[in-house]
Amino acid sequence: MNAMSAPAIEIASLTKDYPVGFWRPKMKRSLDNLTFHVEQGEVFGFLGPNGAGKTTTMKLLIGLIFPTSGTARVRGRSIDDVGMHREIGYLPEQPYFYDYLTARELLDYYAQFHGFSAAERRERVTTFLERVGLTAAADVQLRKFSKGMLQRAGIAQAILHDPPVVILDEPMSGLDPIGRREIRDIMLDLKNQGRTVFFSTHILSDAEMLCDRVAVLAGGKLQGVGAPREIVTMKSQAMEILFELREGRALPADLAAQAAKIGPRHRVTVPVDSLYAALEKLRGAEAQILSVSPVHPTLEDYFFTLVGRSAPKRGVEEISR
Amino acid sequence: MSATFRPVAINTFREAVRDRVLYNLVLFALLMIGAAVLVGGVSIGIEQLVIVNLGLSSISIFGLVIAIFIGVGLVYKEIEKRTLYSLLAKPIKRWEFLVGKYAGLLLTLLVNTAFMTLGLAAAFFYVGGRVARADIWILVAIYFILLELALVTALAMFFSCFSSPLLSTLYTLGIYLTGVFAADIRGIGDFTKNPAVLYLTRAIYYVVPNFHNFNAIATAAHGDPIPLALIGQNSLYALLYVTLLLIASAAVFSRRNLK
Repeated sequence: MNAMSAPAIEIASLTKDYPVGFWRPKMKRSLDNLTFHVEQGEVFGFLGPNGAGKTTTMKLLIGLIFPTSGTARVRGRSIDDVGMHREIGYLPEQPYFYDYLTARELLDYYAQFHGFSAAERRERVTTFLERVGLTAAADVQLRKFSKGMLQRAGIAQAILHDPPVVILDEPMSGLDPIGRREIRDIMLDLKNQGRTVFFSTHILSDAEMLCDRVAVLAGGKLQGVGAPREIVTMKSQAMEILFELREGRALPADLAAQAAKIGPRHRVTVPVDSLYAALEKLRGAEAQILSVSPVHPTLEDYFFTLVGRSAPKRGVEEISR
Repeated sequence: MSATFRPVAINTFREAVRDRVLYNLVLFALLMIGAAVLVGGVSIGIEQLVIVNLGLSSISIFGLVIAIFIGVGLVYKEIEKRTLYSLLAKPIKRWEFLVGKYAGLLLTLLVNTAFMTLGLAAAFFYVGGRVARADIWILVAIYFILLELALVTALAMFFSCFSSPLLSTLYTLGIYLTGVFAADIRGIGDFTKNPAVLYLTRAIYYVVPNFHNFNAIATAAHGDPIPLALIGQNSLYALLYVTLLLIASAAVFSRRNLK
């Protein structure tokens, strides 16, 4: 299979066990038989709570750790092949770089491993510093950088050699909304250039906004893969009713407990199979129904369902905030 | 051989310079100035001998301190600070990274030793020394110090591949001191006539690098010649030992999981 037709990333039965404990260590499975692939040119989100195995997967792809069993390939090349690293750019989680270097020196240093001449390096470094908005800080030592600036320097070193596959571990973590937006824009830019972006995140709204497909990982096991919309439509299950009550009329007690009031209007969210019963009760209370609409579950709902925690309740809390 | 290690070596040297490692040269310069002034006042006829002895010993001790204390952090620091993660994502093999780190510290030691040699020469001329044929042995003694530092650096880096800086310092220092006294340790075995002690001391003698052979300070200070055979033997010995240690470091580090 050649690099053009092969999937950008192909993971097959990848498993990683770690020894835990100093005295008579026991093996702990941090990644369990993981199998999925990332197509070329797609933005692929890797979701999961802390300890799910996201960083472990990425480290396995980069060769920072070694699999207990299973294989992985990037554009058809085995992860054991260091030459494959010409095809990837990698931003580690909470990146830390040589803080005695300036951003320009750091990028120049990394560019040397890709065989660019001194003139090419100078040009590339200037271009990519500008692209991530670090031109003004190009000659400042990294020890004086904020977290957001370090993250941008990290992105710059990852894409400096125009890799077809970019792997970003929690690129938005710890950033303020402006920083997150900047990173999002860079990722969209990479997608528009036809590159594959494989990134892990906790921020589900970012994944929902950016990703062509996502994979959800929990406890080292793959819980689901698909397009965000595809995933969430599988679970659509609630209806939202907007209504007004006449002066002096009260809601039935069970609905009153769930309803939220905004000015003269009330809003209540009920399960799909309880919709008609709820409407019947509202008719009994002579409520004026303004709208009935399906509640589309978000990726967040799906995520929480998969990882076995309850999502924050919608409706009452959201409106009363 | 791939030249991918070159940027790592240059960066390691740059880190040492920016971390002010070469500031030890100021201390060395002060020591040489102090010694030159003091020796000129109290010694009669042996000024040059004292200065050369003191200078070469200082070059050796300052170099050892740098080789051990920076050497034990060469790999460990990169793992701890996670600077290695971005680097190993580039097309560089782990052994190339190790060779680069090693070469970078060696370059630092070389530059440091070169400046110290200039300082020693200045002090030597200050106390009335004149260039003579026998001074070539001072340069050979400095070459031996460099070989010794190359070996100690390789040892420190080897331990740095799997151990904390504190333990690596203890291991390196322990092996260095054992190596300095290797011949004496063997002598203890011969003296006791106890077969167990004999085998143990012989094993130590053959396994631990023999640092005693690298010490030509007294010989050089007295202007006595250093046999060419010893120069060749020490060069080969250091080369072989360093190569073995680098291979062992690569073997340990190449399959290490970077958590």
